[in-house]
Parts: sequence; C-alpha cells; structure tokens
Amino acid sequence: MAEKSAQPGSMERFINGILPENPVLRLVLGICPTLAVTSTVKGAVTMGLAATFVLFCSNFFVSLLKRFLQPHLRILVFTIIIAMFVTIVDMFLKAYVYEMSRQLGPYIPLIIVNCIIIARAEACASKSKLLPSLADALGMGLGFTLALCILATVREILADGTWLNMRVMWDSFTPWTIMKLAPGAFLTFGIVVGTNNFIRRKIEERKSSQP
Amino acid sequence: MIAELLLILLTAVLINNPVLYYFLGLCPYLGVSNKVDMAFGMGMAVTFVMTVAASLTWVINNLIIFYLNTGYGIDLGFLRYIIFIFVIAGTVQLVEMFLRKFFPSLYDRFGIFLPLITTNCVILGCCLWIDVKGYNLVAGQEGVAVSWKFLQALLFGIGNGLGFTLAICLMAGIRERLNFSDVPRDFRGVGITLIVAAILAMAFMGFSGIGG
Repeated sequence: MAEKSAQPGSMERFINGILPENPVLRLVLGICPTLAVTSTVKGAVTMGLAATFVLFCSNFFVSLLKRFLQPHLRILVFTIIIAMFVTIVDMFLKAYVYEMSRQLGPYIPLIIVNCIIIARAEACASKSKLLPSLADALGMGLGFTLALCILATVREILADGTWLNMRVMWDSFTPWTIMKLAPGAFLTFGIVVGTNNFIRRKIEERKSSQP
Repeated sequence: MIAELLLILLTAVLINNPVLYYFLGLCPYLGVSNKVDMAFGMGMAVTFVMTVAASLTWVINNLIIFYLNTGYGIDLGFLRYIIFIFVIAGTVQLVEMFLRKFFPSLYDRFGIFLPLITTNCVILGCCLWIDVKGYNLVAGQEGVAVSWKFLQALLFGIGNGLGFTLAICLMAGIRERLNFSDVPRDFRGVGITLIVAAILAMAFMGFSGIGG
C-alpha cells in the first residue's frame, strides 16, 4: 500500500468536497433530488442532511470492508449498505418529522440510487483509510447540502417570496409560480451551473495573471 | 376500462413525464443524450427493464409482503427498498443474459447501457411511484380485482419507459443541432442542456389537463 501515501489528507478531502469539487455544481452528480426537493429551503436542508448521514455511514462501512470486497460484487455490496441506511433514515423521518417525510415522499428512498453516494464509495471509501473517507463523506455531504440550499434559496424566494417560511420580499411582490414547477428547477440549476463556471474562470484568470 | 388504461399510459408519457415532471433519470438524460441513436438505445433498454422490474416488484410487494402482513401479521415493509434494489439489479442481469443468448444483435446495441441501468433512478422511482399512484393493493379495500391493479401497474411501467425514451430522444435531437450554435462559454455542456430541458419541461406543461 505504498502508493496510497500520495493521496490527499483528511482536511484536504473535506475542503475539496465543499467547493472545489462540489458534487452537484462541479461533478454534476445526484441531480435528481437536487431538482426535485429544492422548491423549499426546509426540504433542501432535510434532504441534504439525510444524504450526508447515508454517505457518512456508507463510507464508514465500505472503508472498513474494503479488504473483503470482490470486484464483481462490489457495486451490489455498496447498494445494499446504502439501502440499509436509507431505510433507517426513511423510518426516522416518518417517525419524527412526518410532514417533511410526506412532502419529500419517494425522493427519500431514491437516495439509494443517488450517484454521489455510490461514486464516493467507489472512488474514495473503497481505496482509502477510515479517517480520510469519513472526512470525504462529510465534505461531499456538506457540499451537496450547500448546493441544494443555493438552489432552494433562489427558487423559494422567487416562487413564494419567503425564505425558510420568513417573508423576505415586499408585500406587492407577484410570486413566480413557474419557479415552483419543473421548468423553474431546470432553469435555476442551469443558470447556477453556468454562473459557477463563470466565477471559477474569473478566479483562475486572476490567479494566472498575477505572477 | 381500455380508456382508463390508455389514460394511464398517456399520463405517464406526456403529462407526468418521468424526466421532465418528476426529475428521474437525469444522469443518463444529461450523459447519454449526445446522439439520437444512442439515446434511443438507452430509452429502449430502460423501457424493457422498467416493464419487467415494475411487474416483478409489484408482485413481490402485493402478493408476498402484503399477504404476509394482512394474513399472518408479519410486517416485512422495512425490507421493501432492499428487495426493490435487489430485484432491479437481478432483472438487469437476467435481461443481459437473456439478450446475449437469444438476441445477440440487440445485445450488441444495448450492451454498454445495461449495467448502467441498475443505478438509474427512473427504474427505482417508477417502482416507488406505483405506491403513490395507488396501483398497490390496500388493506380493507376488497372487491378490486388483483389483475386489474396489476394491469395498471404494468401500463404505468411501460408508460414511464416510453416517456423516458421520448424525453431523451427529443433532447438528443436538440443537442445535435446545438453543437452548431454559439453558446456562451460558461454555459457549454451541462448549463445549456439544463436550460433546454427547462424549455422542454415548459412545453410539456401544455399537456397537463388532457383527460381531466
């Protein structure tokens, strides 16, 4: 395992997940829930935290089990581990935040096929030690939550004039109903991805112009 | 009765399109929509697997889990998601073996897409939405023919597959032409695809209201 020493450390992995390699904005993974649950900030935060929990637990177990993984059964084992924790999250949400669980509906079980979680199990947890893979899970999870919150903020403010159910727009503001529906989700995400590319390009240009 | 079944099909394809209304299967939607023939192959493979998986999960959910629960009081509901994902993975394997043996030409066409389908959210989403749509047996609701409910679920599965095929082929056709247009640099790739999808979704909203 000598080649493993070249891998980035825990802290670097944690920070990487949040912005430089944000799973949603940079890698464009796991976009089904990203678009579906971001009509309200509350739903976005719940989904983000649920996915972070599943990611953390699955990375923990995959990292512990990495010696026993057979190449051809790998994906199946990942999926079963993930499905187990998603069932736990689903039951937890049903028991304690029933309203939220009803609002998110089948999108909670759909975390099982969220590509972020399988991608991190495959790319990081099955190759790294326990601590870096846990840091990676936290970073990626927070990055996912952050991206969801950005989208949900734009959509909720424009669609309802509220943020986390607090009124932020003026009283005569006409709600843009379309932002609550499917086209608004696609449009907002498209513009956020484009803007993110623009900002990154500007930062890199500034870096390269300075000696 | 026929009209009702047709309506389920039409609703799944046009009104509640899995991609443009429920946001399911967006990864292949953005990833494999470069060429129309590739998109069509993916769509057909998804339709095939979806039809088999939807019927199998319906049978397991209603004829095993439901009867164990109502008849013997054994609640296996917590195993549902794990069973679903197992069934889907198994179906994909089976379909792959079946195609390789009996339809080698079709297998060559689907080949690369089939393993990807296991983690495609359209399939699991469809199996989960059968419950939301009320095509499952419900305790206390007697007198509804089991076969009728099954037919509804089956048609829903086929409709979702066709809806996915329609959406991904439309997008591939648009993207083939988009290659020749002058898109702002930062929006190239994913950005412009999502904005095109927004316009497509808006167009599909026009179908809402068909059939009441």
